[in-house]
Amino acid sequence: MVSTYRIQGATGEWEVVIGLEVHAQVTSNAKLFSGASTAFGAEPNTQVSLVDAAMPGMLPVPNRECIRQAVRTGMAIEAQINKWSRFDRKNYFYADLPQGYQISQLYHPLVGEGSLLIEADEKAGIPEDKVIGIERIHVEQDAGKLMHDQHPTMSYVDLNRVGIALMEIVSKPDMRSPAEAGAYVRKLRSILRYVGSCDGNMEEGSMRADVNVSVRRPGEEFGTRTETKNVNSVRFVMQVIEYEANRQVDVIENGGTVDQETRLFDPNTGTTRTMRSKEDAHDYRYFPDPDLLPLELEDSFLEECRASLPELPDAKRTRYENDLGLTPYNARELTAEVETFARFETLLAETAKQIGKPEAKVATQVANWALSVAPGVLKSLGDEADPANATAEAQAKILAMQDKGDISGGQAKEIYEIVLKTGGDPETIADEKGLKQVSDTGAIEAAIDAIIAANGDKVDEYRGGKDKLFGFFVGQTMKAMQGKANPAVVNQILKDKLDG
Amino acid sequence: MTDFTQLGVKQIRDGVAGGDFTAREVAEAFNAAVAEAAELNAFIVTTPDHALAAADATDAKRAKGEELGKMGGVPIGMKDLFATKGVQTTAASHILEGFEPEYESTVSQNLWDAGAGMLGKLNLDQFAMGSSNETSYFGNVNSPWKKDGTNAAMSPGGSSGGSSSAVAARIAPAATGTDTGGSIRQPAAFTGICGIKPTYGRCSRWGVVAFASSLDQAGPMARSVEDCAIMLEAMAGFDPKDATSLDMPVPNWEAALSADLKGKKVGIPREYRMDGTDEEILKSWEQGKEWLRDAGAEIVDVSLPHTKYALPAYYIVAPAEASSNLARYDGVRYGLRELPEGAGLQDMYAATRAAGFGDEVKRRILIGTYVLSAGFYDAYYTQAQKIRTLVARDFEQGFTQCDVILAPTTPTASFPLGSLNEDPLTMYLNDVFAVPASLAGLPAMSVPAMLNSDGLPLGLQLVGKPFDEQGVLNAGLAIQNRANFNAQPEKWW
Repeated sequence: MVSTYRIQGATGEWEVVIGLEVHAQVTSNAKLFSGASTAFGAEPNTQVSLVDAAMPGMLPVPNRECIRQAVRTGMAIEAQINKWSRFDRKNYFYADLPQGYQISQLYHPLVGEGSLLIEADEKAGIPEDKVIGIERIHVEQDAGKLMHDQHPTMSYVDLNRVGIALMEIVSKPDMRSPAEAGAYVRKLRSILRYVGSCDGNMEEGSMRADVNVSVRRPGEEFGTRTETKNVNSVRFVMQVIEYEANRQVDVIENGGTVDQETRLFDPNTGTTRTMRSKEDAHDYRYFPDPDLLPLELEDSFLEECRASLPELPDAKRTRYENDLGLTPYNARELTAEVETFARFETLLAETAKQIGKPEAKVATQVANWALSVAPGVLKSLGDEADPANATAEAQAKILAMQDKGDISGGQAKEIYEIVLKTGGDPETIADEKGLKQVSDTGAIEAAIDAIIAANGDKVDEYRGGKDKLFGFFVGQTMKAMQGKANPAVVNQILKDKLDG
Repeated sequence: MTDFTQLGVKQIRDGVAGGDFTAREVAEAFNAAVAEAAELNAFIVTTPDHALAAADATDAKRAKGEELGKMGGVPIGMKDLFATKGVQTTAASHILEGFEPEYESTVSQNLWDAGAGMLGKLNLDQFAMGSSNETSYFGNVNSPWKKDGTNAAMSPGGSSGGSSSAVAARIAPAATGTDTGGSIRQPAAFTGICGIKPTYGRCSRWGVVAFASSLDQAGPMARSVEDCAIMLEAMAGFDPKDATSLDMPVPNWEAALSADLKGKKVGIPREYRMDGTDEEILKSWEQGKEWLRDAGAEIVDVSLPHTKYALPAYYIVAPAEASSNLARYDGVRYGLRELPEGAGLQDMYAATRAAGFGDEVKRRILIGTYVLSAGFYDAYYTQAQKIRTLVARDFEQGFTQCDVILAPTTPTASFPLGSLNEDPLTMYLNDVFAVPASLAGLPAMSVPAMLNSDGLPLGLQLVGKPFDEQGVLNAGLAIQNRANFNAQPEKWW
């Protein structure tokens, strides 16, 4: 299915072609080639080994954990894992690059072709599920950081980030709209976080994207692309594409040509500007790093990587729909984020245990609770709520009471409010606050008898065919029971008495 | 009274262990000899206290009846390419002048752990780039040797020229060297001493200032094959900090030394018979064959057909790696910084590197940058790597017919300082016989054979199979026993 996203130019429609290179910081305690720590936010230059500082005679030694994480990531996008890969040096001078080269993988990347599914989202303009090709994932070193605001004439350098492992995940030019690109980044982030190979924290720079954009007449050859560097949020990625696509259309329609160049995004204005043109492009003089032997992966290592993979988003979503009977919407919402599904699965297990039913029997109830009821209560309380009180055990108790008919939906919310504020036990709260509904048929029957007796005319009308009056009797009964009667019991008794 | 400076590694070690003399006496004697020999310019800095402290530690151990290390009581010279903690480490370059590392290279640490002490940091060609020791920022090293009847300053070879000069002059019983394309073997040959470059990966490169990572190998330089065996044992070993380090046990080479070559085949590579090779060199080669035959070996002809491409390939691969390895000397974090008034980052790089690197280093950085650049990479670097593979395959096939290869170490004897440095290509040809073994990562050794008619030493080279340092050392010993090379330069310094 072809995307219908088009730029309406003065001379007609233009299609946008997008490819993304996502840099994802590998979750690992130590750097790619040195033992230095990778913790974020430390004092400048406190996490720098002799290797990171490129002292004379220092040598890189690959960190097995970083390689493992990249391999697992590759497996998660069903990519080819190259059992033989090699590190290359990318040579250029800059003050944040102590070695004078970045160790990367140009010629023989660790991970080859794979793919990623983005799901249909009508509202966002993605009419159908779409598979986005992934060209490769290679592993490389991050650079340090320059600080230009510390001294009137000098720049300072912080080398803490130098040598931290990055995965560069290169997509094929398969995306055709900002929405698709946004969905791609979100999905990729989700997979990385499922796998645990990157924390996906775009604000801290753990994940950032280089956005390649070109435009063409629908169906024609690819146009010249520009690359906008280091874009660090999904929203910005989408903004870059919109801005760049429109800018390129303007250039072409005004008789110009798009320059193949590297651009920078300005989040304040939502625009991009030239960083360096093709003529100024570096000649990186890539060549195999002679300090490192080729990386050869053993079958046992690959097996371990595969065995350690968790259930991934697509599989989980399918299972939620097919085995748990959740709606596609609920399944997608619950599986999008690691935290969401983790909370859901814990609550589901606890609830099933307390109720004594299989998970599939209570999944819909738990999903509705987890996706709408519980977040609603939490939000309405604001600062009054202590999220630490939102234990699976407490929530499962509430759901179990509700399942038994001891409490109504409204009472469940009220109890949960108190739980969030006080951390109290839901059952005790229900007892003490009288937040229970009456399922005692005797009491309800008595109330109903009184109402029927007092409303003879309405009874006649109802029996004469005015079905809608049933609601009146329910309302009267609930009122008489001060809202605490179990609606199901009320309905049943009313039906028996009125229809009987 | 013993002249301690006439003693080699084994004699000192055994003498100290046996109580014939103390390590301190030895260290004092060599410290004095070093102090007297400033004219050789073999040392960039001297570290007499280091030598004395190590000696005292050995003497104290002996007094307590503890076992002494493999190099117990032996003071040595350390090529100034090895990082030594708290001692200036320069690679003979202005760009690192004053640099004192906070770390000790694995090889030097291994030697200290084995009981050796340091007389000082030895001069070398700048960043180990050179074959005559004329590219050092700290001045030329003089060979202790003179051409008969002349007083011209002679080259000790390079790049380990400080090492060869010091050992030949008996101001150090042994020294470390590094060999990228002959930098141990050629200076050893020029000065009448032994030097072995082990299999690539035997000695850790951690803490050795890098020239060309895929070729750089450390090794010992000493006056006998036995001394080389002892010292190499102390230097070698797997190092997890070097990803190219060999994860293999270090054999007891000294114990397995044997000059009996019965049943061994010695290959004579026909392609090493090159035009322009000195007649006397060819004569020494013939003599070497006789000696090895006499030791029981069978002499066989072998072919290494890609030999003539080795040197050009080397001068692509080594500068390519060097151009990248030397990028870290940028004035930002350590070493020289030239910051002209109003300079930006690029200006600082340019000024620092222009002032910090010598001409030969700049030449190789330029060559290396060129051969890796877009559009030339395949024509140069890729081709050179193919040749490297072919050269290695030549040896592999050659070694199906023989156990060790015998060849000259150099095409000529030492030359006067200044006579070749206007002509880099002729200078590069000095390593024509040494480079193939470097490209193939093979163990190779130079042992002194004889003096030529000018009274200058000539060396013979032995190249072995991967990991077969023993075969190389044994053949070297067979030559040593028959050559009886005991000539010494006359002291003029």
